[in-house]
Amino acid sequence: MAKVRIPPVLRSSTSGEKEVEAAGDNVGDVLRSLIDQHPDTQSQLFSGDGELNRYVNVYLNDEDVRVLGGLETAVTGDDIVMILPAMAGG
Amino acid sequence: MSPSGAEFIRQIKSQIAEVDPAEVHAALSGAGNGNGGVTIVDVRESDEIAQGHLPGAKLVPRGFLESRIDGAVPDRSSHVVLYCASGNRSALAAKTLADLGYEHVESMTGGITLWKDRGYKVEVPRKLTSEQRERYSRHMLVPEIGPEGQQKLLDAKVLLLGAGGLGSPTALYLAAAGVGTIGVVDDDVVDLSNLQRQVIHTTDRIGVPKVDSAQITMNALNPDVNVVKYQTRIDASNIMEIIEGYDVIVDGVDNFPTRYLLNDASVRLKIPVVSASILGFDGQLSVFAPYEGPCYRCLYPVPPPAELAPSCGANGVLGVLPGTMGLLQATEVVKLVVGAGEPLIGRLLLYEALGATFTELKVRRDPECAICSREPDAISDAEMGVFPDYEAFCAAAG
Repeated sequence: MAKVRIPPVLRSSTSGEKEVEAAGDNVGDVLRSLIDQHPDTQSQLFSGDGELNRYVNVYLNDEDVRVLGGLETAVTGDDIVMILPAMAGG
Repeated sequence: MSPSGAEFIRQIKSQIAEVDPAEVHAALSGAGNGNGGVTIVDVRESDEIAQGHLPGAKLVPRGFLESRIDGAVPDRSSHVVLYCASGNRSALAAKTLADLGYEHVESMTGGITLWKDRGYKVEVPRKLTSEQRERYSRHMLVPEIGPEGQQKLLDAKVLLLGAGGLGSPTALYLAAAGVGTIGVVDDDVVDLSNLQRQVIHTTDRIGVPKVDSAQITMNALNPDVNVVKYQTRIDASNIMEIIEGYDVIVDGVDNFPTRYLLNDASVRLKIPVVSASILGFDGQLSVFAPYEGPCYRCLYPVPPPAELAPSCGANGVLGVLPGTMGLLQATEVVKLVVGAGEPLIGRLLLYEALGATFTELKVRRDPECAICSREPDAISDAEMGVFPDYEAFCAAAG
C-alpha cells in the first residue's frame, strides 16, 4: 500500500495522523481510499464535481502529478503520495 | 654543481608550455562570457594584484597554489593559463600544476608587464579597507567567495519583505555577510509576542517600528550596511516602485495576497525571489527566478480557501523554525549574489522539524502559467496581484 503524507492543515481531518496507508493502483484511487478512511478529507481534496481542487498540490514521490498522469498516474506499494499545502506564514 | 636560480628557471621553462599574451588576448576577446574555455590564473601576491589584473582572472598567489588551486580550478583537464609579473613565477607554478596532474597548463610569457605593454586591458580591483579585509577574512578564504565575491556582496542590493520571523535572521546574517544595501519593508511595530522568534528586535524596543529596530541591530553588527527603510504595507500601488532596482528579494511575508502580488511584480521586473513560509513545525523554501525557472504561480496557481490557509491571524509556530528557514533563505541570497553553487531554482525544500526531515520536490514551469508564460511587458498593472477575494481573504480567515 502507498503511504499518503498529510499536511498539518489537514490533520484535523485524519485524527492527527501524519501518514496514512492507502490502497489503490493510481493516485485517484489512493486518495479515494484515504477519503474512505477519513471522510472529512473529501471536501478539502475534491470539488463537488469530483475534480481535484485546483489549490491542492499532489505529489507522487518528488514529482507533481500534474506533470505526470494526474489522478490516473500509476502508484506502486513503495510510493509516497504527498498532499502539499501552500503556506504563507512568515 | 647545483644550478643558479636563473638557470633553474630556464630549466623549468624548458619543461613547460608557454603562451604569448597575443594568444591569450585573442582567446579572451573571442570568448564572450566563457573565457573561451580558458581559465586565467594570476599567481602574484595580493598587493601586486591590487594594482590590476587580467579581466576575469582567478587570483591564487603562488604561495597558496597547492592549497587553493582545487577550489579555483577543480577540473584538471581544463585549459589553464598562469601569469605573474614577468613570466618566471608563473613558469614555476605551471610546473607545480603539471606535477599535480593538470593536463593543459601554460605560462604567459612576459607576464602582465608585457600584457600591459601591448596595450591590453587590465581590471583594477576596488580595494577593501583593512577593516573590511579583517571583518570578511573568513569569506576571503572560501574560494567560492574570495575578494571578488565579497565585493559583489558589498555592491548587492537585497530587499527583505517583512522584518518578522523569517526577516529577522535573514537580515542579521546578510548584514553580517556585508550585503551593501538591505531594504526592509514592514509597517508593523515590535510587540512582546514577536520576541519568541524575531531575534533582530529587543525587549526595550517594544512599540518601536520594526524597520527602525532592524536598522539599529544591523548597523550595530555591521556599519558597512546601508539600510533602506520602508515603513509601509506593500500593495499594488507601491510595489513596483519599492522593488525596482533590487538584485534579490527575500519573501518573508505573512499572507497570501502579498505573496501573489510580489510574484507578479518580480516576474515583470525579472528579479529573483528567495521565498520561504512557515507554519507550526513545517517550513517550505524555494527560489523563483523569473523565466529561468518556475514562478510562485507555477507552483501554486490558486491559493487555498481561507479556512485551509491559517496565515492571516495569530498562528502557532516553533520559535526556532523561522531561524532555520530564514537562514536557508540568507544562504540562497549569498549564493545568488556571488554566483556560487546550485540555487534552489525549480526545487521546493520542505523541512519538518518534529521529524527532523528534509524533503525535496521538483517544481516545473507551467507553460500555461497566468503570469510567467507571457513576456514581462504583456503583464498589465491591472493583472498584478489578481487574487480571488483579495480584500476579503484575511477577513474570512478570521
